[in-house]
Amino acid sequence: MAEFVARPIIGLEIHVQLATRTKMFCGCPLEFGAPPNSRVCPVCGGLPGALPVINRQAFEYAVRTALALNCRIAALTKWDRKSYYYPDLPKNYQISQYDLPLGSDGRFEISAAEVGDAAGAESTSTAGTRAVRIRRAHLEEDAGKNTHEGLDHTRVDLNRAGTPLLEIVTEPDLANADETYAFCVELQRLVRHLGVSEADMQKGHMRFEPNVNVAITFEGREYRTPISEIKNLNSFRHVHDAVAYEIRRQVAAWEADRDYTLDKLGKMNFGWDDVRGVTEFQRGKEEAHDYRYFPDPDLTPVTVDDAWLNELRGGLCELPLTRVSRYVEQHGLSRVDADNLAADRASAELFDAAVAAGADGRTLARQFLSFWAAEANRRQGTIAKLGVDPAHMADLARLVHEGLINATTAAGVASMLIERRQSPTVIVEAEGMLQVRDEGAMERWINEAIAANPKAWADAKGIPKKAQAALGFIRGQVMKLSAGKADPRMVGELLEKKLRE
Amino acid sequence: MTTPPADNFKQWSIPPESSAAQAIDAALARIGQHDSAVHAFLDVWSHDARRRAAEIDARRAHGDDAEPLAGMPIAVKDNICTRNGRTTCASRILENYRSPFDAHVIERLEAAGAVIVGKTNLDEFAMGSSTEHSAFGPTRNPWNPACVPGGSSGGSAAAVAARMVPAALGSDTGGSIRQPAAFCGVTGLKPTYGRVSRYGLVAFGSSLDQIGPLAADARGVAAILRAIAGRDPRDSTSVEEPVPDYVAELDKPLAPKRIGIPREYFGAGLDGEVRAAVEEAVAVFERLGARRVEVSLPHTDDSLPVYYLISSAEASSNLARFDGVHYGHRTAHPADYIDVYSGSREEGFGAEVKRRIMLGTYALSSGYYDAYYLKALKVRTLIRDEFLRAFEACDLLACPTSPFPPFRLGERTEDPLSMYLADAYTFGANLAGVPAISLPCGFTASGLPIGLQLMGPHFSEARLLRAAHAYQRETDWHTRVPPGMA
Repeated sequence: MAEFVARPIIGLEIHVQLATRTKMFCGCPLEFGAPPNSRVCPVCGGLPGALPVINRQAFEYAVRTALALNCRIAALTKWDRKSYYYPDLPKNYQISQYDLPLGSDGRFEISAAEVGDAAGAESTSTAGTRAVRIRRAHLEEDAGKNTHEGLDHTRVDLNRAGTPLLEIVTEPDLANADETYAFCVELQRLVRHLGVSEADMQKGHMRFEPNVNVAITFEGREYRTPISEIKNLNSFRHVHDAVAYEIRRQVAAWEADRDYTLDKLGKMNFGWDDVRGVTEFQRGKEEAHDYRYFPDPDLTPVTVDDAWLNELRGGLCELPLTRVSRYVEQHGLSRVDADNLAADRASAELFDAAVAAGADGRTLARQFLSFWAAEANRRQGTIAKLGVDPAHMADLARLVHEGLINATTAAGVASMLIERRQSPTVIVEAEGMLQVRDEGAMERWINEAIAANPKAWADAKGIPKKAQAALGFIRGQVMKLSAGKADPRMVGELLEKKLRE
Repeated sequence: MTTPPADNFKQWSIPPESSAAQAIDAALARIGQHDSAVHAFLDVWSHDARRRAAEIDARRAHGDDAEPLAGMPIAVKDNICTRNGRTTCASRILENYRSPFDAHVIERLEAAGAVIVGKTNLDEFAMGSSTEHSAFGPTRNPWNPACVPGGSSGGSAAAVAARMVPAALGSDTGGSIRQPAAFCGVTGLKPTYGRVSRYGLVAFGSSLDQIGPLAADARGVAAILRAIAGRDPRDSTSVEEPVPDYVAELDKPLAPKRIGIPREYFGAGLDGEVRAAVEEAVAVFERLGARRVEVSLPHTDDSLPVYYLISSAEASSNLARFDGVHYGHRTAHPADYIDVYSGSREEGFGAEVKRRIMLGTYALSSGYYDAYYLKALKVRTLIRDEFLRAFEACDLLACPTSPFPPFRLGERTEDPLSMYLADAYTFGANLAGVPAISLPCGFTASGLPIGLQLMGPHFSEARLLRAAHAYQRETDWHTRVPPGMA
């Protein structure tokens, strides 16, 4: 068979559960794991005569997120009913937003560093990020939950019915499974950063529906495979695996049958069987619903004014990926390090506070990613939760940066800081930890180390192959004799000088 | 046993010498006497009403101030949710439905001391103009049992006409308070959209529905409206607008100086006796000092199709929840899961409800939405604008409530379109969202009541009631009681 070029086209629909105290249109509390149907009232239960009332907090969370996604915020948004019959949908319509979503035409930067799939030949910006266009973002209510028991029994739990969901729809800008995965991870980080969702995958707070098809160029013609919408994925790995599988499956289906195209077959729905690692056909375009959208007469449209938007914009703070880029530029960190630093918002804010208090960014970053991270892990928390004063962190970084103590000493001081809440300068002076930079003392330790290890010293001087290792050994001995207090850089310099003598 | 006289309820709060218990007993006695012939009630709460009355009397005995409606017996249309008894909407599908909550209007009435004595009959889900489309049998017009009481609030209107209760609640989506008020010779008001909370009203056409009072006269209507009007945070469409003391406002001088006569409401299709009675009523206003102004509402003919598209579209969605899955009637032996829905709905809904659901579903379907629903919304805006323009030229509009007097049972059930025409003059107020009142203005030669409709700008209920009250001081149509029911 002749060569062909396959280019996957992937878009995402994501549902994010907002972390409001109560439901979207009633006062029922949002509680995970409550007994079935114990968090239901006439409104979310869809009883006759009940009417919905908008949860202002949910609306604010949604607008905040849409702003962070660089969406245009509609000055007027309305609510629409989406009709379909299903046992978990008590009114048999869902309140959603159809033609006037609260957010549209946005863009979201994802880290291109996480992209590395062979199929992808995408362009990335110099900042190491890549923009994915956001088509729309709108609010809607969740349905309840059906539990099927055998063939003829279904139980319905309406606790989840009416939960506020933010639906985000991207343009088909994603090029492969890795990039799709990266988008999902970055979005999770964003909504957590904004505090609008716990984004706990175990609790179904984020659900993904990738739309996948492939443009195949063959003998000067372009073929498009049918679009598969893979329903209801609730783990990043499932997203990755389902997209990767679907790309392979569609290409294979096209290879077997040139009529396997979008024109002929349209859009189809699939489920993901994680155990077998395959997608499963659910329904084709003939069975597509007519949702009969129309404006919900029970709810008045919401007008959004600029003053409020500006207030929300002001409260957004620096977004995670912007912070990563800033760390790379400002402190000369690698993207991976910057990414790790920015992973937890509170800890990143602590880092910024310590830098503001005078710490050298690179030194502080090294300390954050080494001993501060270790201390946090030991306590199963974040660095921010250690409760260390950023001024003390800055002081500790300065002591290392200025060569007054070495990294090993600094790690010891760090664990003391957590308990003592004293300034590191006070601690190292009180404990006699300051590095020795006195040339006389240094000279004595070096001579002693050479005298005790004449073989190594000979190797360092005369055998090029062994010189590096031997010198390192001697340096180690000097540090040992100084009880770790000798300034390693001075030791190195003095040893070099001695070699040349 | 002798039935208490019809004028038992002249006073809107209990006269000092009588008691709530006496008022309730009198209402229950008249219901017992007349309702077997009229069938205004689907359920009578004898026990609970008496218990409530006793509580009110006990409070008064303690010297507590009487609430404004203390001991007043009230009937409630059965599409308004009550914790007590059933809320059936006169439908098989909700035959045994019990609401876990009271509608906002029920809370307000009870807080004002009123006592609900029962739930009244209606066209199923308020869809109809004759109360013949009730799953539990029709209500008859107290003025002539061979005639319909109008609808859909036929039970409430008949209960007031027969003086079983001094007042009742109805709901009005396209004329369902005013047209039965006209047919039964009582006074009925559809408030401004948003004036009264819809919380607890089983929705039919949500953008048109309003709850409103029916009573013998404007004073009764004002007393009930004062209790139920006002913003309710549970209904997003209810409006933050001060509620005047409608009763105190009644006796202010008649403010409306210009009475608008919309020419389209006096054209072909208007019954001659109705026309004469309405013209005579307008003459009464002229004698009271008002000036007659000719106005035009050119889209009047469009209001019927626009109304049926919008109300049916909304109804098709509002009634989707009645599916046999969560509550209500469920078919006995469904073949499969789809059949739970289709079977339950097939058995549970009557023909008229199904007709509207089909019409509404069609109007909202992809490919038809723009041509029907969207277009209807646009014409609705034109109609609303047209009303607002008319109210620049006049203070009130006066016209017939219905083009014809009460018709005989069965006369129009075979021809839905001829039935729909009964509301041709009432759709406009719902589409425009303005308040409108119907009050008795005469009788046909065969003794059937005729209604005058007054419409005003948004939130002009006080003006409408004042005009109605001024008219009723000059006339005695509203004091007449059906033969044999005095």
